[in-house]
Formats: sequence, C-alpha cells, structure tokens
Amino acid sequence: MMTVVKTGPELLVQDLGRPGHASVGVSPSGALDTRALRAANRLVGNPESAAGLELLLGGAVLQFDDAVVALTGAVGELAVAGRRKERYRPFRVEAGQRLEIGVATSGLRYYLAVAGGIMAEPLMGSAATDVLSGMGPARLQDGDVLRVGPSVPASEAPWVPVPHPPAGTVAVRLQPGPRLDWFAADTRQRLALGDWSVSADSNRVGLRLLGRPLQRVVERELPSEGMVTGAVQVPPSGLPTVFLADHPVTGGYPVPAVVTPADLPLLAQARPGQRIRFHWAG
Amino acid sequence: MRVLPFGDAALLAEFSTLDDVMAHYRALSASLPPGVTELVPAARTILVTFAAPASRAVVRQWLEDTAPHDAEAGTAEDLGDIVTLEVDYSGQDLPEVARLLGVSEADVVRQHQHCEWTAAFTGFAPGFAYLVTPENPLQVPRLAEPRTRVPAGSVGLAGEFSGVYPSESPGGWQLIGRTDVRLWDATREQPALITPGTRVRFRAV
Repeated sequence: MMTVVKTGPELLVQDLGRPGHASVGVSPSGALDTRALRAANRLVGNPESAAGLELLLGGAVLQFDDAVVALTGAVGELAVAGRRKERYRPFRVEAGQRLEIGVATSGLRYYLAVAGGIMAEPLMGSAATDVLSGMGPARLQDGDVLRVGPSVPASEAPWVPVPHPPAGTVAVRLQPGPRLDWFAADTRQRLALGDWSVSADSNRVGLRLLGRPLQRVVERELPSEGMVTGAVQVPPSGLPTVFLADHPVTGGYPVPAVVTPADLPLLAQARPGQRIRFHWAG
Repeated sequence: MRVLPFGDAALLAEFSTLDDVMAHYRALSASLPPGVTELVPAARTILVTFAAPASRAVVRQWLEDTAPHDAEAGTAEDLGDIVTLEVDYSGQDLPEVARLLGVSEADVVRQHQHCEWTAAFTGFAPGFAYLVTPENPLQVPRLAEPRTRVPAGSVGLAGEFSGVYPSESPGGWQLIGRTDVRLWDATREQPALITPGTRVRFRAV
C-alpha cells in the first residue's frame, strides 16, 4: 500500500501506455519521459513496463508500508523521514515513513517506481491516465491509497545512466512531416533558426511553443488526418504544438515536421519558458 | 495515391477520395507486413506506423504495390463484420432533418435503415465511427450551435456521415434516434464495437 499525502500540481499513474489503438480513437498515453520511467523500474527490479507515478514539478509527499522505491527524471531534493536521498538510486522507505519530493530545480517531471509496481485496473493493456480522453485511473488526490504488487527480492541494483535534464537550451532533432510544403519556402530554416520557448499552456497533450509564427502558403482546409507523438502541428496562429503522449489520434492542422522519437523524453522535461532549439536530422 | 513522409516511424498515404481510402484500407489491413504497428484511416489519408523489422522503404513499397480492394468487387467474406443496431427513431432533430431533405420523417427513418453503412474511420472520441453509405440520401448540415451534452447511444447525421455517440459528450450532429447498444466498453478486450471497415445496419424498434 502507498498513501498519497500530498499530490503536488499533478500526480498520475503512468506506464508505457496503450499504443496501437489509434484506429478506434485511443491515444497512446503513458509516461512522457519513457526513458526515466523505464530506468526507475529497472532500479527497483520491476519490468520496465510496470506502472509507476509521474509527478509534475514536485512538491509531493507519499507514505509507504515498507517499500523499495526509486526516483528518476527531474532534479530536486528527495528526503525520507528528513534524510536526503539520491535520484537514480533505489532506497527503502520503512512502514509509516514519508517520502518528500521537492520542487524540481531542473527538468519538469519525476518518475517514481516502487518494487512490485503500482496495481491499477488496466484498460486496453495499460494503467496509464490519459488526460485528454479520461481513460485510466483518475488524477490522484490527497489521501488516495494505491495498491502495490508483490515484489521480487531485489538483487543488486542495476547500473543505469543518470541523465541531467538540461537547464539551458534543449536541442531536439526534427524530420520532415507530411505538410512541409503547405508552409513558406523558408520554414525549414525558420524552425531550425527560430528562437522557440515552451509556453506555460503546455500539458501532456502537447508542448506549445512561443516564437515567431510560421507562415502557411496553402490556405485550404486540411481534412483531419492521423497524428503521431512528436508531430509538430501548426494551428492558424502559426505557433507550433508538439504532440505528446495524450495527443488526439487525428488532427486537422498541417504538420510540417516531426520530432525524432528518441528526443521526446527531452521535451517531457522542458519547463515553461525554457528555450528549444530544433535541428533537422540526417 | 501519394506517399508523404511523417518522421522516422510513419508514412502518410494520401488519396483523392474517401472511397479510395476505404478500398486501400481494406486491402492493406488484410496484408500487414511484419513491423507495421498501426493503420489509421481518415477522410483522405491512411497513416502507417512501423518499427523494425519494417523500414520506410519496405512500407513505401507495400503501400505502392498493394492493389485497392473495392467493396463491390469483393465477396461477402472479404468485407467487414456486420453489426446491427436497434434504434428508437425519436431523435429531437428528426422533424428538422425531414424538413431539410424535403421528405417525411417516416422516409428519413426508412432510408436510414435501408442504407448499408460502413465505418470509414474513427475520431472525435474513443469508439466514434464515421459511417458512410454509397450515394447517401441523408446529407444534412451540422447544427449551427453544437449541444453541450449529447447522451451516449444517440444516432446522428452530419454532412456525408451517420454516427452513434459512444459516450456522453458535446456534439453538433443532427440526432434522429437512439440505441441501447454499448458502442464503447473500455473493459472489453476490443472496446469499440465498430472499427474501420465494420458494416452497420440500423433497425427500428
């Protein structure tokens, strides 16, 4: 068992999501920084796909019934019963002790894995919370109690690389999308040279960018078409939105570019106001 | 057909008509090469996502080489499953739909049952399928003001489509009836009753 004493701004159950159901209208959902969730699960001896928690920004307090946990993703102060703990290192929380997760100083999302995984009702093979469709467990509230699965006695903790989310400019690779030719001829350069920053309106559906608007040259309406995570969709404002895991499965605005899948975890950790630099891959 | 790039792990096949999309979707979904993870049909496109062992070159070749499969040319077994939905045709927009089409309400109900509908694609909400029928006699515009709340099971018309709301949501379709059949149940292994390619018939109760 695990009790949510304090949720912080948004605390969600996430795993690797439910990809493969877009043709019936279901978004992939799942952890935005999949690398961090996988690492946290490995550290406590879980399968990488086990359900854990995704915490936005920090400021959460959790209480356990004697558990082994690991925190990955964002950088911030972690303490159990007042004692400091390190990220990317499994540690034990004894029965009744509280784990406090401080406000992140870099990065935006923490991932917590608990040995045995969080037991939540799977829908279409996943316990992920999809904030767009409402599928999966509800957003966690103060006082919620979560069930933890049986854990395998941990052998030595595996080595996992410890990434530090960049505090300055986040560099992300792009590849052409289907509608690059709906935009002005200099759009490749504009995307790559643009001074983009993360809007505070960003969420799990999309990372909204601020900067100099892109210019569309084809003005006709686009019939809705399938979207992928990482698609850079450009609404009439000209300001791009990068679709993240809870994106709608189809969209009616043109996509000139797509973020390389391997770079999506970087965007999951990009904070409002942070600079984004695009590079065309290949 | 045009094949457009969509990043590292997807391609977008674009067609000139919805009939082309459906004919190609029928053929493609029956011949998935290993590594193709998903086909997402839409009004004029099919999105194909893939991973190893498939590659962009292999998927592009498959898209270009796969002959479309027209509904008329196929045998019954080649076509999608048939789902029959029992409908109480007492939708609040039925009088307005009849007025817009210049026919009686009974004619609207009769024609809606007479048509064989096929799910072309989904969208808007999990399990919401856009149903089409050849030479659709029931084309009406959406409501000028969408409703903030449309009950689950509502049967509607909009543009060239008919559809059934799988769950309560806002909506701008003209409502002609309602069914008790659960179109979406997230606890079922396949939560959606109607998937692209499913044929749908309506029966008045």
